[in-house]
Amino acid sequence: MSILIDKNSRIVVQGITGRSGLFHTQQCRAYGTNIVAGVTPGKGGIHIDGIPVFNTVEEAVRYTKANVAMIFVPPPGAADAILEACDAGLDLAVCITEGIPVRDMVMARAVQQDSKTRLVGPNCPGVITPGQCKLGIMPGYIHKPGKVGVVSRSGTLTYEAVKQLSDIGLGQSTCVGIGGDPIIGMKFIDVLKLFNEDPNTDAVFMIGEIGGGAEEEAAHWIRENMKKPVAAFIAGVTAPQGKRMGHAGAIITGGKGKAEDKIRTLNDCGVTVATSPTRMGDAMQEALGAAGTSPAPTTAKPAAQKKKK
Amino acid sequence: MNIHEYQAKEILNGFGIPIPRSRVALTADQVERAAKEMGGHCVIKAQIYAGGRGKAGGVKIVHHPEQANDVAKELFGKKLVTIQTGPEGLKVRRILIEEAVEIAREFYVSITLDRESSRYCLIASAEGGVEIEEVARKSPEKIHMLTIDPFTGLRPYQARKIALALGLTGVVCEDCVELLLNLYKCCLERDCFLVEINPLVVTKAGWLLAMDAKMSFDDNAVYRHREYPDMVDYSQLDPLEITAGKYDLAYIKLTGSIGCMVNGAGLAMATLDVLKEFGGEPANFLDVGGGATREKVAEAFKIILEDSDVKAVFVNIFGGIMRCDVIAQGIIEAASEVKCTLPIVVRMDGSHVEEGKKLLKESGLNVQIGENLGDGAAKIVKMLGQGG
Repeated sequence: MSILIDKNSRIVVQGITGRSGLFHTQQCRAYGTNIVAGVTPGKGGIHIDGIPVFNTVEEAVRYTKANVAMIFVPPPGAADAILEACDAGLDLAVCITEGIPVRDMVMARAVQQDSKTRLVGPNCPGVITPGQCKLGIMPGYIHKPGKVGVVSRSGTLTYEAVKQLSDIGLGQSTCVGIGGDPIIGMKFIDVLKLFNEDPNTDAVFMIGEIGGGAEEEAAHWIRENMKKPVAAFIAGVTAPQGKRMGHAGAIITGGKGKAEDKIRTLNDCGVTVATSPTRMGDAMQEALGAAGTSPAPTTAKPAAQKKKK
Repeated sequence: MNIHEYQAKEILNGFGIPIPRSRVALTADQVERAAKEMGGHCVIKAQIYAGGRGKAGGVKIVHHPEQANDVAKELFGKKLVTIQTGPEGLKVRRILIEEAVEIAREFYVSITLDRESSRYCLIASAEGGVEIEEVARKSPEKIHMLTIDPFTGLRPYQARKIALALGLTGVVCEDCVELLLNLYKCCLERDCFLVEINPLVVTKAGWLLAMDAKMSFDDNAVYRHREYPDMVDYSQLDPLEITAGKYDLAYIKLTGSIGCMVNGAGLAMATLDVLKEFGGEPANFLDVGGGATREKVAEAFKIILEDSDVKAVFVNIFGGIMRCDVIAQGIIEAASEVKCTLPIVVRMDGSHVEEGKKLLKESGLNVQIGENLGDGAAKIVKMLGQGG
């Protein structure tokens, strides 16, 4: 078991004939992902690497019973691609595209919220259920099947965290990159809810960063509802105020969105917070140990809460 | 993307929002002439990419043209340090001269993106002319907020509720309704992240005027507005940040001596955090993008080395499906081209990582390999002799 996707998911790739769309389709397929269709308007009828390409998502669904979309459509058409996925009644759309204008996303998000389709992203690495289904641009080899759920606003920092988890023997049930944009589909809490109900997830690792208040909201939800141990890391403890650190969302303005406030709130709500990005795996280990559910081999390492020097 | 106050006001005026009579000047003589036109009594406003100008001496009232000239001479070329600029300040190169207005009341209005609801949000307060964060903290009941439905847009009745809540009545109230509707129209059509009028004033004669305005555009939507790139005042930006922007790299100059190159914003922030933890001081934030390419790595390397504060370079690339040997090749090429002799520590992860490490070791550069994030940070700090 897992959340969002598994080996039975039937994937349609929107924007499959683009350069990165095709490259990542091939990578995902090599991992074992069941990609059943592609969509590129105007190119319906061709096959690319043996995958049938359709003009619309609706057609793709009709002929291949696809139920999940992976979106690589470039920014000007990406919001439309999300709307089309919702209109076709898919269960899930994962939008990898980076750089979608906010105004377009306001509209797309409003429609998507009222549809039956869940949205992950945009501007995210995607979703992976190790050993079953990889939907996105993350490197498959760092993941191991297991029981830790991972949810993150970041891309490559998630890879760092996953590698640390895998290295100490903590495999993952599903890893969800929710994206770094100001407007995204699923938020921390939406993903935490699914992990909370998933019988094969024993614990959750959460990766946040400066800006906004999503981590604080998640912390309060965890205190009230979460039945499983949670560990976290927040990037940007040393980030200066008023400077946008890459992501559109990652900025401390008017004293809001500081890492230290997020860390304090998470700690107060019973989350084990890694004090350094070098000890994310250890923090998860510690949270599992404290909850008495430690299924993992114990490779003794310094406690995550203590400063190195 | 930010623009100056005078540019924001011109755009607002294009949407039918009234602004004071004004002129922009680049020299003290121009300022004096403009002041004469206004009848001598006017406001001199330094144009910089930051707020808090008033308290920093960037806004002055003058009473005759010669005085305007004196004030302008003092302001031009001066580095204004406000609460938003940081200690280095921003140089004044443009001045806005505005007619002095007799103000009866001051308000705050803005439209910005609310992440929680994923919608645009109208914010208004009868406490204008001061910092809105301050008002929000001290007396949150004085702030009126309205989330705008993207399908209906802002409706006149909603704008009227806000105008009434601000205490406006009669003709001015209806003027305010129209102004708010136009503000929303401007926000959408110009792809704004934020449009703010603070203060919005009612003059003693009973007219609404946007006395100060701030506008920032959604970087992702700049491609829809051909005029935007020409509106940027490059003198207000760090030259290295401008170069980085050309290559689609996110670069921010910091105060330390360790140049950093990382792929991905989250990992880049975490890398700065680790360096500090080990006692090092990062010289910059640089995100080469999640899928770092050889060309981008090479350009990023050159930008880092152009900063003379940099005494060592830390590269942290979690390539994933990017090939590490390709990344290594990019680093070697760039370093050789600029004849870099500084100590470099490279931490790489991804496919072909052993080939990548081998290339670096055989390159003849002053380079060490970090086995993981902590090891890399420790090595660079040690090579530089920083830390404890």
